[in-house]
Amino acid sequence: MRNLQLDADGKLKHLLTIEGLPKKILTQILDSAETFVGVAERDIKKVPLLRGKTVCNIFFENSTRTRTTFEIAAKRLSADVINLNVGTSSQSKGETILDTVDNLIAMHADMFVVRHSQSGAVHFIAQHMPENISIINAGDGRHAHPTQGLLDVFTVRRYKPDMHNLRVALVGDVLHSRVARSEIHALTTLGVPEVRVIAPKTLLPADVGKLGVQVFHDMKAGLKDVDVVMMLRLQNERMTGALLPSAQEYFKTFGLTQEKLSYAKPDAIVMHPGPMNRGVEIDSSVADGSQSVILPQVTYGIAVRMAVMAILGGGA
Amino acid sequence: MKIHIKNGHLIDPKNNIDAKKDVFIVAGKITGIDQCPDGFVANQTIDATGLIVAPGFVDLSARLREPGSAHHANLKSELRAAAAGGITSLACPPDTNPILDEPGLVEMLKHRAKLLNLAHVYPLGALTRKLEGKLLTEMCALTEAGCVGFSQADVSMTDTQVLWRAFEYAATFGYTIFLRAEDYYLAKEGVAHDGEIASRLGLKGIPAAAEGLAIASILRIAHATNTRVHLCRLSTAEGVDLVRQAKQQGVQVTADVSAQHCHLTDHDIGYFNAHANLKPPLRSMRDKNALCLGLKDGTIDAICSDHTPVDDDAKLLPFAEAEAGATGLELLLPLALKWAVDNQASLFDAVAKITSQPAKILAITGGHLSLHADADIAIFNPTLEWTVTASQFKSQGKNTPFLGLAMLGRTQTTLLHGQITYQHS
Amino acid sequence: MQLPNPEALLAEITAKIQAQLQPNTALVGIHSGGVWLMNRILDNIQQNIPHGTIPIGTLDAALYRDDYAERGLKNEPKPSNIAFDVRGKHIILIDDIFYTGRTARAAMNELFDYGRPTSITLAVLINRGGVELPIFPNIIGAEILLTPKQNLQLSQDSKGKLHLTLEAYHA
Repeated sequence: MRNLQLDADGKLKHLLTIEGLPKKILTQILDSAETFVGVAERDIKKVPLLRGKTVCNIFFENSTRTRTTFEIAAKRLSADVINLNVGTSSQSKGETILDTVDNLIAMHADMFVVRHSQSGAVHFIAQHMPENISIINAGDGRHAHPTQGLLDVFTVRRYKPDMHNLRVALVGDVLHSRVARSEIHALTTLGVPEVRVIAPKTLLPADVGKLGVQVFHDMKAGLKDVDVVMMLRLQNERMTGALLPSAQEYFKTFGLTQEKLSYAKPDAIVMHPGPMNRGVEIDSSVADGSQSVILPQVTYGIAVRMAVMAILGGGA
Repeated sequence: MKIHIKNGHLIDPKNNIDAKKDVFIVAGKITGIDQCPDGFVANQTIDATGLIVAPGFVDLSARLREPGSAHHANLKSELRAAAAGGITSLACPPDTNPILDEPGLVEMLKHRAKLLNLAHVYPLGALTRKLEGKLLTEMCALTEAGCVGFSQADVSMTDTQVLWRAFEYAATFGYTIFLRAEDYYLAKEGVAHDGEIASRLGLKGIPAAAEGLAIASILRIAHATNTRVHLCRLSTAEGVDLVRQAKQQGVQVTADVSAQHCHLTDHDIGYFNAHANLKPPLRSMRDKNALCLGLKDGTIDAICSDHTPVDDDAKLLPFAEAEAGATGLELLLPLALKWAVDNQASLFDAVAKITSQPAKILAITGGHLSLHADADIAIFNPTLEWTVTASQFKSQGKNTPFLGLAMLGRTQTTLLHGQITYQHS
Repeated sequence: MQLPNPEALLAEITAKIQAQLQPNTALVGIHSGGVWLMNRILDNIQQNIPHGTIPIGTLDAALYRDDYAERGLKNEPKPSNIAFDVRGKHIILIDDIFYTGRTARAAMNELFDYGRPTSITLAVLINRGGVELPIFPNIIGAEILLTPKQNLQLSQDSKGKLHLTLEAYHA
């Protein structure tokens, strides 16, 4: 099947998932992001690349946080930004997703940033877009959150530039996490030789090993000698029930504390895509500690999103 | 009306015929095989040179969308599709709208099908009222109205006590129960086989064990209550193993597989291809191979089309929101033939899996070409190559994962009661 | 065509830049050739002015180019780095080859987003002719008239020595 994300010349047309993207394109995005990091420190925090272009944020699933980072990124590229919280309202009125898409096309935006609660929904929308419109996936169900995956590897690369010599551990709810899937594909594509997942069996998808990761169910063994610890968010509704007995027990077994972090390399960095559940998946002393790069992740997130938009928005 | 089908190669598995023989038809009945009846003068001669003459195919599961879902399809469109696929008898599951749990609905469906005179329609009645799994339906009255068995369609039974009693009640009258085995809780909200593909795509999975678990309890109850049970649409290797063991132990069980599942796996979902959203889900390569093998060694008795026409509005959605199902009536023959080719089975075996075997499961009179039987006949070209396109389907359902693929084998002429219901142009 | 020795041209523009130095002068090189030149110029100047450091910066200007809509973001943009306060500075903007003037325009636009400099002086190794904007370099090493089909490129070898090559334009 044709990779919908690339045009006939192999250039990025949409960003839907990291899976299947060549290393060259990931590197291009990360290298370009380096040029955008400094923009925020200038008198005028804007570059004129997307002047006269319109970026439309369409969130079928609400997320002020993610939407804001895309909005800032677009505005720093001088684009006009429209925010649409489709939520479930128009869908429940009987409008199909394709009706919504047709309405959006009629708005003559140049780029759509789309979040949807169903895996594959953003890919589905991209399939039905006219040639000249680019789609950026801002998270679809459990499937993919490619800009988050990219900003995470961008952060890793900044602190640990030798990607070919790293051990990275993802900790927590991999089963429900689009972030985890995008991180795994980004890390393996960029040549990180050892990616681990650490979680109870209830929070791991079937055959997760086939994604190219090593599976651990114990923090001590899983964190041993790792360079990067990527924590995953545990949704409130999953803390108590049939997946996990309680938040307390989860924190005890899989929550990242200073003690558990000591199994990793002394210079290991700690990441989290936010928003954090302090005292559930991560202890405050670690989140705010010297090894945490959680705030830089947020800063880099804007630069990476600017890079993606700049790459998609230019060229005939 | 006297018809002479000449020079064809006759395959009639029930009568163990696999040879070049002419067929003679008088007034809708078979009056001669290989031997011209006395005084026979044909009004019409069909030249079947180079073609196979077989009993009209029998499909164990085709959704005709009547009563109810006219946006998906209607009786006329779907029975024309059946004729185009060489199918002359078909069983339809009770998940219509309203559900087939009242004799009046069954009578109406039978009546309307009879008027169209394109195929014999054998409804499966609902095993429980509204398929809710709580109250038994009036099985005797439904049988009188024309039901040939009782089914829960795609709705799993959760209450094992109700299931037990439904089996006991059906056994009282010798009825067969048709069940698609899937544990309700393990399958809840799932849309794909719980494996690597579902994990990559972030789709909620249905573990293979959901089928095994349900089959184990159904077989246990069938054995204990001495009830005839037919397991619909096996999808897993462990399901095939369980049925094989049960047959060896003498449980009255038969099983079918959908034509889709003989050829496709979860890899065919590709990148969220909603055409591959099926019930049960497409499973792993190992499962698919076990299904094909199970067909060959007789563990699985029949191949069905699992015809489920779904209109574009219901398919043009993100994978998990799209309605499950594929059009199948017009693909049953080539997919059954392909199973035989891929698995070193004979053409005779393939024909048996879509004629005599399903007819035996339904306990209906069709599926063979004995003397004096109804002249329900499919004449097909087993080597004609064609490409699947949406526009050529007679069915209103145009969606199938096989779109764009090449098929080998096509029905040329279909006869029902000696009347031509389909002629390929 | 006999190309001039870039090392000689470098010495020439270094001398001219040195003559213009003021207390508030800063050097800014445009990637990649302009940055090589700036570093060499800085080495030479600092031999003569031991006291004090001249602030320096680098620009890529990729984010300000006017051909973005047609050609997209270039594959490997280099980060701009202006670590000093631009306001009140006499900036000497350094590039290798001056052609249409569009790179200089983009670089000046980018510079202004860091703040308002007191003045900008444009120094180039070679002016190859073909300017399309009302922009002209103040300091020029040499003028060589070329056709649009010719491509003049500055390169730097592993020892830091500069070379000029002329080839047919690969469109």
